[in-house]
Amino acid sequence: MAGRAQPVSAFPGSAAALLVAALILGTLGAVALRAEAGTGFGVSDWAALRFTLTQASLSALLSVGLAIPVARGLARRRFPGRTLLIALLGAPFILPVIVAILGLLAVFGRAGWLSQGLIFLGLEPVQIYGLHGVVLAHVFFNLPLATRLILQGWQEIPAERFRLAAQLDAGPLAMWRLLEGPMLRRVAPGALAVVFAICLSSFAVALTLGGGPRATTLELAIYQAFRFDFDLGRAALLSGLQLLLTGAAALVALRVSAGEGFGAGLDRAVQRWDGQGLLARGLDGFWIVLSAAFLLLPLAAIVLAGLPGLAALKGSVWQAAGNSILVAALSTVILLMLALPMAAAAAAGRSGIAELSGILGLAASPLVIGTGLFILIYPIADPFALALPVTALVNAVMALPFAMRILVPRAREVLGRYGRLSLSLDMQGWAFVRRVYLPRMRAQTGFAAGLAAALSMGDLGVVALFADPDFATLPLQIYRLMGAYRMEAAAGAALLLLMLSMGAFWILDRGGRWHAEA
Amino acid sequence: MKHLAFAAGLLGASAAFAETPELTVYTYDSFVSDWGPGPAVEKAFEEVCGCDLKLVGAGDGAALLARVKLEGERSDADVVLGLDTNLTAAAKETGLFAEHSVSAEFALPVEWNDATFVPYDWGYFAFVHNADAAAPADFKALAASDTKIVIQDPRSSTPGLGLLLWVKAAYGDEAPEIWKGLSDNVVTVTKGWSEAYGMFLEGEADMVLSYTTSPAYHLIAEEDGSKAAAAFDEGHYMQVEVAAKLANTNQPELADQFLAFMVSDAFQSIIPTTNWMYPAVTPAAGLPEGFGTLIAPEKSLLLSETEAAEVRDAALGEWLDALSQ
Repeated sequence: MAGRAQPVSAFPGSAAALLVAALILGTLGAVALRAEAGTGFGVSDWAALRFTLTQASLSALLSVGLAIPVARGLARRRFPGRTLLIALLGAPFILPVIVAILGLLAVFGRAGWLSQGLIFLGLEPVQIYGLHGVVLAHVFFNLPLATRLILQGWQEIPAERFRLAAQLDAGPLAMWRLLEGPMLRRVAPGALAVVFAICLSSFAVALTLGGGPRATTLELAIYQAFRFDFDLGRAALLSGLQLLLTGAAALVALRVSAGEGFGAGLDRAVQRWDGQGLLARGLDGFWIVLSAAFLLLPLAAIVLAGLPGLAALKGSVWQAAGNSILVAALSTVILLMLALPMAAAAAAGRSGIAELSGILGLAASPLVIGTGLFILIYPIADPFALALPVTALVNAVMALPFAMRILVPRAREVLGRYGRLSLSLDMQGWAFVRRVYLPRMRAQTGFAAGLAAALSMGDLGVVALFADPDFATLPLQIYRLMGAYRMEAAAGAALLLLMLSMGAFWILDRGGRWHAEA
Repeated sequence: MKHLAFAAGLLGASAAFAETPELTVYTYDSFVSDWGPGPAVEKAFEEVCGCDLKLVGAGDGAALLARVKLEGERSDADVVLGLDTNLTAAAKETGLFAEHSVSAEFALPVEWNDATFVPYDWGYFAFVHNADAAAPADFKALAASDTKIVIQDPRSSTPGLGLLLWVKAAYGDEAPEIWKGLSDNVVTVTKGWSEAYGMFLEGEADMVLSYTTSPAYHLIAEEDGSKAAAAFDEGHYMQVEVAAKLANTNQPELADQFLAFMVSDAFQSIIPTTNWMYPAVTPAAGLPEGFGTLIAPEKSLLLSETEAAEVRDAALGEWLDALSQ
């Protein structure tokens, strides 16, 4: 597509991408330059690298592999509660890590529901701790995201294609070869890259469910370098390695996922004639029920644990909730201002940097970004005064990879379908953005904004170094409650956070999908 | 609130208000939280100092030191409160801290004569378990039993590092064998204390690494006597939490006043039921009632700051080897 005339300029998007890249690489550089004597790459780092790559690859493959049948089921079936289920699918990966771990253990732990059930039946309890536990937890976090991304791919196949396929009496194999296969080849690599990148920087989840130090990841090594050894050079080196790995994964995904879309449709509601056989229905039902149980049981545990504490929440928790809403709102605005131009630039095919820097946010260690920003800002301004904007900015950069995966495929279609028509009508620049680009991106924008708001609400991010004593966010308040033995109140506050995140996601996501097709 | 106070300062413009000196104290996050000692300490000190005490939370003890190192000589902090003896050697090496002039009748089980750091509270690490379950009497009995424990990672957690040094102080060169014996008792290793304690309360493990004072929280704040700390025959490793004045403070007198206040009754009587540690100087009214029920270790273990700094890396290596099998 490169070189073809496009109605939008790639300039604003490339500029936004450069800004993001500068933030990520600049903070890394700041940490590296501040370093005094640094130790190089040791034996234990190789072990950490190996474990990190193993668990991230397995988690990505399994998350996306399972997401395909689940998304297919959700795309083919209509049932009561389907929209609610899809919305709830957003919940797991917006939870603060500590809450999600306790929720997972309530179901899969030694004293969890599953083990108790097995013991009741006279069987052996499950052993959750180990590589399989790490992968299970990462699938819990990322299956919903992968499902949403792939479901979106299904929804972007125009209704006319299914109608045509039905008229031609296409069987399951033909459907797969003509519609579903090509769609997945476009969408799945990106989903794989995103999940891989998320799992790459996992730390607390990997350590706790991995059962100890054999589950040491690169992010833990970074944390150790910073905290235990105060070796900033090593922290920067390891963080740079993380960025390289993610960058490589992103490049491979972009190379593999090339392929044209399905062309224009009339935006009719999708009606499906295929997959009505008993076997297909049964299979879809099986996958939907299985994934719903897997995702909803730990959530139910969190809700049950939180209910008693919810009523007794004190003023400071509500105030923190207000702060979190503020951060989320600001961060969502920043995200859209970065992501919409970047998606247009990436879709116009003239900005590789937009695609690449769009995914780096995931690989950047929050600790290194936070420390780097602190080193850069401290000589010129009071870090406390900047707590809100810095937190919102970093949260936006961290959410950018998700937003790009949501926005870019659609932006490509919009430009592909309407680009030449708009050019022939001499509708370019802002006129195209306002009349064609933004309206047609509305559903995806809402989804991306909802995700960003929810993520930002739940993310502890960089607040630690910029923690204004008077500006605590809700996740920070949860950690404080737990640190003060108040586990019940913390569970209540976690439930509040879950409701706020889900609420923000629901409102923005629904707001984007104002037309009937869900 | 801050903005309101600022506006009031501009509008009200009373000379006294505008000239109120400010003392900035960096501390760990749980100290400043609503449930920690911070709010009460701030109120009590501001009543006597005619100043504005600003408590700033920065992660935990190790993150606090990293923060001070990052800020260097330009730091706004006047006092740093919340390091422990595992960090003081590294802290002194920075040359950022000044000597103190505080003298007090410390109630520590060990002698204290550090010229830079003043202790404000202390505690013993211990495994906490449900009172109705039998607990092993030492590390060897624990290793031989099928008791399940959850511990913290020494690379990311203060209690985790405490346990590492506990085993090292008690067993020296035998420490690797002890860890090898314990490896099948360890359910998992967590990033911080909160995850581990939460998992213990949920029933994931029989015991959790915490403090001998943890049962006092349940007893006093929740009127729940079901938790106990296991007394180990090897003795218990101590954590002594300290504060110091920064050399580059612009409020040296106020900082000295704060350190003196820190070992006074007003401060020390706040510590037991907010920080859930033993006060460094026993308050005139004694300890709260529930503290009398706690186990009192017969032997206190504590490596000096130089010993701790020397054995730390080797002990971490042994720990990683034993638990990575």
